[in-house]
Parts: sequence; C-alpha cells; structure tokens
Amino acid sequence: MIAGLYNYWIVILLMMTGFYVVISSGNLVKKIIGLNLFQASVFILYISIGKIANGHVPILQEGVSNYSNPLPHVLILTAIVVGVSTTALGLALVVRIRETYDSVEEEEIHRQDESL
Amino acid sequence: MISEQLPALQVVVPLIAAAFCLVLARPLGAWLITFAASAASMAVSFLMLNTVMDSGVIDYTFGGWAAPFGIAYRVDLVNAYVLMIVSTISTVVSVFARASVTSEIETHNQGFFYTAWLLCLTGLLGITITGDAFNLFVFLEISSLSSYALIAMGADRRALTAAYQYLIMGTIGATFILIGVGLLYALTGTLNMLDLAQRLPDVANTRTARTGFAFLTVGLGLKIALFPLHLWLPNAYAYAPSAVSAFLAATATKVAVYVLLRFVFSVFGVEFALGAMPLALGLAILGSVAVLSASTIAIFQQNLKRMLAYSSVAQIGYLALGVSLATPAGLTATLLHLFNHALMKGALFVALGCIAWRIGSSRLQDFAGLGYRMPWTMGAFVVGGLSLIGIPLTAGFISKWHLILAALEKGWWPITVVIIAGSLLAVIYVWQVVERAYLAKPPAETSRAEAPASMLIPAWLLAIANLYFGLHTDLSVGIASRAAASLFGVVP
Repeated sequence: MIAGLYNYWIVILLMMTGFYVVISSGNLVKKIIGLNLFQASVFILYISIGKIANGHVPILQEGVSNYSNPLPHVLILTAIVVGVSTTALGLALVVRIRETYDSVEEEEIHRQDESL
Repeated sequence: MISEQLPALQVVVPLIAAAFCLVLARPLGAWLITFAASAASMAVSFLMLNTVMDSGVIDYTFGGWAAPFGIAYRVDLVNAYVLMIVSTISTVVSVFARASVTSEIETHNQGFFYTAWLLCLTGLLGITITGDAFNLFVFLEISSLSSYALIAMGADRRALTAAYQYLIMGTIGATFILIGVGLLYALTGTLNMLDLAQRLPDVANTRTARTGFAFLTVGLGLKIALFPLHLWLPNAYAYAPSAVSAFLAATATKVAVYVLLRFVFSVFGVEFALGAMPLALGLAILGSVAVLSASTIAIFQQNLKRMLAYSSVAQIGYLALGVSLATPAGLTATLLHLFNHALMKGALFVALGCIAWRIGSSRLQDFAGLGYRMPWTMGAFVVGGLSLIGIPLTAGFISKWHLILAALEKGWWPITVVIIAGSLLAVIYVWQVVERAYLAKPPAETSRAEAPASMLIPAWLLAIANLYFGLHTDLSVGIASRAAASLFGVVP
C-alpha cells in the first residue's frame, strides 16, 4: 500500500508542506518558495499519472507495444512554464514592495500602511 | 471562409495585438491597437452569438486535429453570451482608459499597461471559449498573471501588496483547479469537456471523482471570490488603476462563475454536482452570508472603490444563490445578473474613474457638492447606483426580480429575505454617496468642471444600457433563459 503509492505520498507531503509555508510564513519571499513547493507537488502528481506498469519510453520502436503516457508530461511542461512566470512576477512584486516599504515582512508592511 | 475561423479569431486577435503593443510601446499607438483589437473581438463575439442563436453550437478544432488529441473550441449559447459581455465591456472601458491611464500611469509604462490589458482580455476570452479542461487552466493563468501586473500599476503603494496577495491566492486557486483537472484526467483519460461529460457518469461514484470535484470548486471559489475566499478582491479593486477596476470588476469574476457553471452543469452534470455533492447547500449558505456581510461592510467604507469592491462580493453572493437553486429559473437569474452586474459595476467604476481623474480622490469626504460640480458624471453614478440597488426600470431590478421568483418557485423563502435585505443594505451605501454629493455643503471654491467626453461617453453608454435593459428585457432575458435551458440539457 505505502510502497506502491510511494509517489503519491510524496505528493501529499510536498503539497501540505508548501501550503503550510504559504499560509504560516510572514516573509514574502518564503511565501513564494512555499508556493513553488506546492506547485512542484502537482507536477509530480501529473507525472506519476503518466506512468504505466512496465511501460516503455514513449518513442516508437520495434517489438514494444506498451508505452507510458506522454501527455501528462507535455501538460506539466506547460504548467512548469506557468509556475516559472508566476514566480518571476511574484518576485518582481516583492522587489517593488521592498523598494517602497524597505521590508519584506508582512507585519511590518501592515504597520506602515496603518499609519497612513 | 472567414466565418468558419471566428472561434480562433476570438482569441488570436487580442493575443497578436498584445505583441504589437509591446513592440510599439508608444502610449497613443498602444491604445489604438487595444481599442481596435477589443472592437474586433466584440464584432467576432456578436457574429458568433448571432450564428449560435440561429443555427446552434459551433465546433472548432485547431489545426484540424479532432477532439481527443487536438484542442477543441465549442461555442454554445452560454459562452457566446459571456464572450459578448467580456468583449463589449473591454471595448467600452478601453475608450475610457485613454484619458484615465494618461493621468494615472507613467508614460513609459503605458505600452506595458495596454499589453497586459490585451493579454488579460485574451485569457478571459480563451477561458470562456475553450472546450478543453487543461487549455482552460492555461488561459486562466494568462488572464491572472496579466491582471496581477495590471493591479500592481496602481498609483497607491498598497496596489503592490494587493497584487501580491492576489497573486498568492490566485495561484493557490489555479493550482487547485490544476489538481482537479489532473484527477479527472487520471480517472477518464481525456481532457475534452464533452468526453469528460460522457465518461464521468460511469465513474462518478469514486473517491477520485469526488476529490477532483472538490478541488475544482474550491479553486474556482477562490477565482470567483466567493465568501469566505474573497479576501484578495477588495484591496485589488480598490488600489488598481481606475480603468483596471472597471474592466476586472465587470469581467474577471463573471468568467470564473461561467467556468463553475460549465463544470457543474456540462461536465459533472446536475445530478452529481448539485445532487450527490453538497454544493447546492454550500452555495446557498455562503451566498447568503456573502450578500449580508459584504453589503454591511460596504456601508462602512470611506474609499468608494473599496465600497464597490465589497458590493461586488455581495453581488457574487446573488450569483451563487441563483446556482444553488438548481432550477432553470434560478440559473436564468444567475446568467441575467452576470450581464446586468457587468453593466452596473462597469458604469459605477467608470464614473468613479471620471471623478478620480478630476478631483484625484475616491474618498467619500471629498464628494461634497460633487453633484453640482460634475453633474453628468454623478448622474451616471446615480443611475448605476439605482441599478445596483435594484430599483424598478433599471437592469438590476430585472435580475433580482427573476432571482426572487426563482427562489419562491423553489419554496426557499429565506433566500428571498436575504435578497431583499441585501438590497436594503445597498440602499444605505448608495444613499451615503448621493447624500454627500447632492446635499452636503460644497467647499468654497466650486466651479463646474466635468471629465472629458472620452470618459463621460463610456460612463453614459453603460448607464443608458442599465436603463435600456431595465425596460427592454426581451433580449437579455431571452438569451439568458435559452442559455439556462441549454445548460440543463433541455433543447430550447
């Protein structure tokens, strides 16, 4: 049970770790790191789905009839691109926030805004 | 010949125009491209709506690859209707954006602003038109990423934190949707919505199907800003540039609601989504709380953009209530409100943008005597406000009337009470503004100074549309009820 679904346990572990970091951390950069972990877990979920027992690499060759499903890999390539863009945009926003507030801590930023 | 390619053009025109905007990067040229591309997609959406009304569903396969392998676009009455709303609002608001953006955004950023605008439009139209669940996720991220950038361009420094907060919550929502789509794919081996709808009933009674459904609805709940997942919305709309507030408030959450409808009705089917799963009860409770709590919070806002943002959360509550009824009448009310809310929030945010352009503020305290200083702008604001309350002869009345009728038909009278209470709360927050603008003593040096015509005309176009669709209901109610019937699988 545990050994057979090894990948999925890793997925759940990573997902919850990432999600927890996003929620609990007050540091804006760490939140983005958490978000990355969270997304990475979904990548592994998709890739695990594509694996077929005793399946070969999905390249057409003689004498092989059982191929792994290549589609989830293609899908997740797109999702990785989306994840990278999100991280880039998020970090760009953090840079601007740091320039404006001179801090990347949520509490400090809230404190400065309340004094407005 | 070209009429066969309309579904592709719908998405490709704003996408390519966005690239041109980026290369050109001059404010006036970029604006012209944005306006032209928006107007072109509006024309395309009207042509498609016309075709769908006359001859039924349009199926389109990209590059001639048939559905299970290629990406298929499928335009039926429901998404043709939503496409029409999104592209029309983009066109009208982009007229207003020229003057508003010139005053609010630095010259060297304006090219980027219009690029992000067109990408956001591309994403919203793509989400609506696609018949492929993964393609939907990609377009969702295109529209989300560009809207984070648009919001961050607001002049107030809090725009940055608002955009950041939206980015975190929006990405969590989108990733939830991705997980949901992945689980459905694992279960059925297809991403095409039509195939999903055929294969899901056989495997509906599995934990994977239920988990996938849960991830999808929670992820969409974040995108819709359904209470209590709405926390990103008030700040995002309050600190974004005026034109962005108007555009996103009128379109972004509507498109997310459409996706929910698509998954609930077309992919999972009513029996599973609203019968076997407790979604109907959840939407009814959360929708009621959203209407009451967000309307109450709106009363206490000093920043009017923030007030309208909370009012948007309340309006989303009405949309959720319509879905929770799980009847064609309730769904008709939701689809009607989708359209009418886009009109009223568009008019209100555009009018606020005119006021921000002239007096540089959207705080209630600065509104004293504004009814005399900017009579036309405040006139449009009042019309939008009346529609928001749901006064008879305005569009807002029509959708609330249909919602109340649908609730009574189902026998859920507490919903009726919630709708009426929400409208009374709306009276309070709209009246505050009217009182301040027309009855408060204006500051000493008052002179009449209106916003330029390029801003006033869009405001009044939307205001007049609110009145027109309050009187002539054949068109909007006709399409909405036919679309609702088609979602329920009843051939109209």
